[in-house]
Amino acid sequence: MADELNTLPLDGWHRARGGRMVPFAGYRMPVQYEGIMAEHLWVREHAGLFDVSHMGQLVVHGADADAALERRLPGELRALKDGRLRYSLLLNDAGGIVDDLMATRRGDHFYVVVNGATKHGDMALLKSDGVPYTYLESQALLALQGPRAVEALAALAPEVEGLVFMQGGAFTLCGVEAWISRSGYTGEDGFEISVPASAAETVAEALTASELVKPIGLGARDSLRLEAGLPLYGHDLDEQTTPVMADLTFAINKRRREEGGFAGAERILAELGQGPVQRRVGFTVEGRQPVREGARVIDDEGNEVGRVTSGGFSPSLQKPIGMGYIAAALAEPGTRLTLEQRGKLFTGEVAAIPFVPHRYVRKGA
Amino acid sequence: MSLYFTKEHEWIRVEGDTATVGISEHAQSALGDIVFAEAPEVGRTLNKGDEAAVVESVKAASDVYAPVSGEVVESNGAIADEPALINTDPEGEGWFFKLRLTDTSELDGLMDEASYREWSSKL
Repeated sequence: MADELNTLPLDGWHRARGGRMVPFAGYRMPVQYEGIMAEHLWVREHAGLFDVSHMGQLVVHGADADAALERRLPGELRALKDGRLRYSLLLNDAGGIVDDLMATRRGDHFYVVVNGATKHGDMALLKSDGVPYTYLESQALLALQGPRAVEALAALAPEVEGLVFMQGGAFTLCGVEAWISRSGYTGEDGFEISVPASAAETVAEALTASELVKPIGLGARDSLRLEAGLPLYGHDLDEQTTPVMADLTFAINKRRREEGGFAGAERILAELGQGPVQRRVGFTVEGRQPVREGARVIDDEGNEVGRVTSGGFSPSLQKPIGMGYIAAALAEPGTRLTLEQRGKLFTGEVAAIPFVPHRYVRKGA
Repeated sequence: MSLYFTKEHEWIRVEGDTATVGISEHAQSALGDIVFAEAPEVGRTLNKGDEAAVVESVKAASDVYAPVSGEVVESNGAIADEPALINTDPEGEGWFFKLRLTDTSELDGLMDEASYREWSSKL
């Protein structure tokens, strides 16, 4: 295979820390350091540093950036206040999900963070729509996640304590300008930190100098987000799924439901009214063996009624959990399921997600 | 007693006509935290290359193949109850199953310990 993998700004730092590097989203990335289980539990109790520099950081310009984005995204961006983030979905013309993302109003522009594996396609779509954007290729992105993340980060930039969940601001961190938001992908309190790639190592060193912080790999990032019930693009979301099927209707704000005016609105609004044929749900599995992506959900006659899109062993709950799409009639929590993986049958049960409660620090809390 | 290894990272400890099978230190390290293991039932006849056992880490599922042919005479219940034993003691307490060998000549093509350690250290 031709060696066309990109290297992260922190590549050498990961290796020096014992990171086991694997190809992911076109980059060499650390899948683990000391082990997924220990790293996962560390983040739930302390704080973990993730390198997510493979993600696409974009700036969308223009006086009508909000209106331009609203043609592709079903979220309320016009009323989004300065320094506030919104989780949203980039849609194709049929209402299928091209990507999921975070959009922040930042003064006269929007700062948008998209997935690494999809960023080039996202940019091509924006370009074809005539939406002016800049790709912040020389910015690194770090995530500091866990109940003690605020303590560790505030030691370097005390003002971050003033942020609440889904709010961001510009701060000085280790002598460089950083854009820091209180957000993440673990279900824990935490921050996402955008700094120039040239400063990434200094910031990573300063954060992990705290005894509260350990570097965490992609393996634990996946198990943490699964416990938090958060979908992973390319697995739980793709161009064949809509926001309604994906149970992400919270991302379709009230005015947008009334007015439409986004890609695929006709189909999505009809689906909102009638309910989807299939829906994303969480499930637990009896026993200890994980039921993973690609396994089928079958009925008593062996007909396929659903499919697993993410599955694994939950380090926090010490049992197998997963997510998948299932016929709407079977999507109520508590419904018993039969799952089939490599010819073996498993008994499962639809479960409310998140599996592990979110612990975000919200306004007024 | 003789100890053999396969390129699939299994070890085979032979005493008389009985072979104990498990996965190597290198294999457990590559798999990471093991959360599930299933050894074959006693009485099952395995041909060399058959899927004999399953081992799953947080990240992925792997099959353990029968490195030689034989009948399963003992299955390690401890690894089902405590899969992490395979991480902590893969070449001891974390064994998977014991076979009564049907064809000892199948051992001839396997690596000895020194060859295996040298080969696997370069992977």
